[in-house]
Amino acid sequence: MTEAFDYSLIDWSRAQFALTAMYHWIFVPLTLGLGFIMAIMETIYVRTGNPEWKRITKFWMTIFGINFAIGVATGIILEFEFGTNWSNYSWFVGDIFGAPLAIEGIMAFFLESTFIAVMFFGWNKVSKKFHLVSTWLVAFGASLSALWILVANAWMQLPVGMKFNPETARNEMHNFWDVLLSPMAVSKFTHTISSSYLLAAIVVIGISSWYLLRKRHIVFAKRSIVVAAVFGLITSIFTILTGDYSARVVAQNQPMKFAAFEGLYVGQTRAPLVAIGVMSTSPEDPDNENIKDFVFKIEIPNFLSYMAFQDINAFVPGIRDLMEGNEKYNILSAAEKIARGKLAIDALAEFKLAKEAQDQAKMDEARQILDENFQYFGYGYFVDDPSRLVPSVPITFYSFHIMVALGMWFMMFFAIVLLLVYKGKISQSKFWLTIGIVNIPLAYIASQSGWITAEMGRQPWVIQDLMPTMAAVSRLDTNAVITTFILFGVVFTTLLIAELKIMFKQIKIGPKQEGGH
Amino acid sequence: MFETFELYTLQQYWWIIISLLASLLVFLMFVQGGQTLIYQLGKTETERSLIINTLGRKWELTFTTLVTFGGAFFASFPLFYSTSFGGAYWVWMAILFAFVIQAISYEYRTKPANFLGRKTYEVFLFLNGLLGTILIGTAVGTFFNGANFSVDKMNLTNIYDSAISRWETPFHGLEAVLNIHNVALGLSVFFLARVLGILYIVNSVNEENILVRARRQMWNNAVPFLVFFLYFVIYLLLKQGFAVNPETGEIFMEKYKYLHNLLQMPVVLILFLAGVAGVLYGISSFLFCRSRKAIWFGGAGTVLAVFSLLLIAGLNSTAYYPSLHNLQHSLTIRNSSSSHYTLTAMSYVSLFVPVVIAYIYVAWKSINNKPIEKSDLDDDSSHIY
Repeated sequence: MTEAFDYSLIDWSRAQFALTAMYHWIFVPLTLGLGFIMAIMETIYVRTGNPEWKRITKFWMTIFGINFAIGVATGIILEFEFGTNWSNYSWFVGDIFGAPLAIEGIMAFFLESTFIAVMFFGWNKVSKKFHLVSTWLVAFGASLSALWILVANAWMQLPVGMKFNPETARNEMHNFWDVLLSPMAVSKFTHTISSSYLLAAIVVIGISSWYLLRKRHIVFAKRSIVVAAVFGLITSIFTILTGDYSARVVAQNQPMKFAAFEGLYVGQTRAPLVAIGVMSTSPEDPDNENIKDFVFKIEIPNFLSYMAFQDINAFVPGIRDLMEGNEKYNILSAAEKIARGKLAIDALAEFKLAKEAQDQAKMDEARQILDENFQYFGYGYFVDDPSRLVPSVPITFYSFHIMVALGMWFMMFFAIVLLLVYKGKISQSKFWLTIGIVNIPLAYIASQSGWITAEMGRQPWVIQDLMPTMAAVSRLDTNAVITTFILFGVVFTTLLIAELKIMFKQIKIGPKQEGGH
Repeated sequence: MFETFELYTLQQYWWIIISLLASLLVFLMFVQGGQTLIYQLGKTETERSLIINTLGRKWELTFTTLVTFGGAFFASFPLFYSTSFGGAYWVWMAILFAFVIQAISYEYRTKPANFLGRKTYEVFLFLNGLLGTILIGTAVGTFFNGANFSVDKMNLTNIYDSAISRWETPFHGLEAVLNIHNVALGLSVFFLARVLGILYIVNSVNEENILVRARRQMWNNAVPFLVFFLYFVIYLLLKQGFAVNPETGEIFMEKYKYLHNLLQMPVVLILFLAGVAGVLYGISSFLFCRSRKAIWFGGAGTVLAVFSLLLIAGLNSTAYYPSLHNLQHSLTIRNSSSSHYTLTAMSYVSLFVPVVIAYIYVAWKSINNKPIEKSDLDDDSSHIY
């Protein structure tokens, strides 16, 4: 059977998931970070009894509420999209992926949504302390929600703690703690969460800078800046450290993605890190449009080997090594992996036939072949087109570098702001206040780039090496997916416009004047 | 503890949890029901604001229950998730859109510069209440009447067309509305949500005009609810059901299957009767005794009745998601569940549920300890929708 696969269905399904996920991610990081910033501010209010701090807290809560609502609206889609658009995937990994999702619902979402009601409506109904505890619980609940979904995402990048069961044709969890504490899960959670805190700090400083430039709400703005800059500096350092760790985990477990990060075509020892690079518009490899060489680059010698393996002499495989194989470094070629993957898939089919025939010997034989080759299972789907094993290098390269550069820049920025605060010059530094405003869109670009790096870089895999997008997708009419894509595009864009208009208006209005508790 | 249980015991345990979550969700859809009554109960801007503010304090609870229901269903019976969601695409997408537009409406409705205008957000709330309830009810109706899908896990080995679950009609779920029994359940849920919405509003709003209108609206909604609900239940108890042979896993049609299920599980029968009595008592105590606490009877009754209906859909060797395309492809709690290990791990997590219910109760009491009234809307220090 040589029917062509309908790639447009995969592309549209991916586009829809990307659209909804990226929209969701516009709103989530701010609420994650702002939750803690508000909680810190309210703590100062409760400790000092100074109503100014209550005013500050309530203003940022308004901003939080506007973002939270649309974060919830865009989030529900993602949960159900696993089923609606990635139906095979839901079955193939449901035994692992479902558990974190359910735990997220039971443990985190209820915590967040229950205490958010107390936080917003409870100012005059509950005690100061109960209110403060509620605000902290909202902050923790939000981050706890992020934990479980990131554990699930990490598992897709590094599937561990499970075993494939040919009887049920799916992966089954064998060790929950391996899933929860895998290096990928740890790095993904810590990096995502700290970068979200960083983004919130940038937004708080940006909005406060605007007030200072307009000479409005000066005390409010200065105090907000102090809290946000301290929070931002700590979390940006943490973001960089966890980012470094994440890169190492990727280098060890997703070598193709790592090669794409750096546009590394030919592997080498003492590999240099491309600090800044511009890719050629003509393909390096005419067989694969995803692979391009550089027209310009600035490199840091040996640093890539060091970053990946903490050894400047380490060999970092390039895309060509991963596709054509490299015997010296024991790297299998794509053709070899595809052959072994096809063996595994055929063995699964054999197993089923043998089981129907109740032929135990054949079942054992098929199972052995399957087990021996299972780690390449997903490659078996690429017999016709191995070039699809390479992700888009330019997209991955640029998004990775934009994220890293901006992350470094934000850390420096927080340090500068704190210095200006310390010297008492922040309100006069028009230049840095303007930079503070400009940083807001940059923080969102960095945040989105991070996800583009992570998710485009791992293509074509839904589950690394085990299930490609084309084996995961629901069997729908492409036009149905195009229709829902357009609907999501229109609805989410409309809601985003509404959200931004409301936010800008609230910022213009500024914190309300009011009495104490 | 849980690891010593047999797989089938865990599968039943999780069907019970899923049924419980679904029944709580139907109760909490008083928010959706209330949203469809904003203009019927509130004739002035202030009255409408009172209603929206009291519903607005609870919408997230309903929303979160829906999300948790989805997550728990995915985790415990992933084959349902992949088959129904990926197959009945249009129905689920319509439900999702109905909830997307709800989530922002409370927060954005009265905010200045809200782009779409107050009316639009109120229309969003109405659509959520109308479509959310009817479509979820209709979708659940397919648990008893079946859907057009096929499942073959070995399709995974066909590298060119590897979908395990396939929908066998081009309408991808919309055909469920052609079955009047499904629609009757959808409309029952819709009118029940309105009945509960009225009971919640009269419990939590202090405003005489609204109370007077609420009584009239109760007649308008309780009667159709009873008509559709009785039709649904009587037909259900008299119809053939989708039974499973526990030895072979073979699915076959059994006369009076759902009636048998109730009779063979007397506890469920008692729960069901108590639930129906609770709902009826709630409605009549409001209509005839002007009770403002009727939501607690109506709510508890709803939980019990829905809970027991879902139990008879999946327990006692019943196929909970029957395939009309090929009876043997029907989903049962045995052939669609997660592994023993995963169900065990999640069962430990389920022990947190009482803690969750406890803090929801504490928070609910602290916010709803006294009904909302006009003066609350002028209180600048409160968050007002």
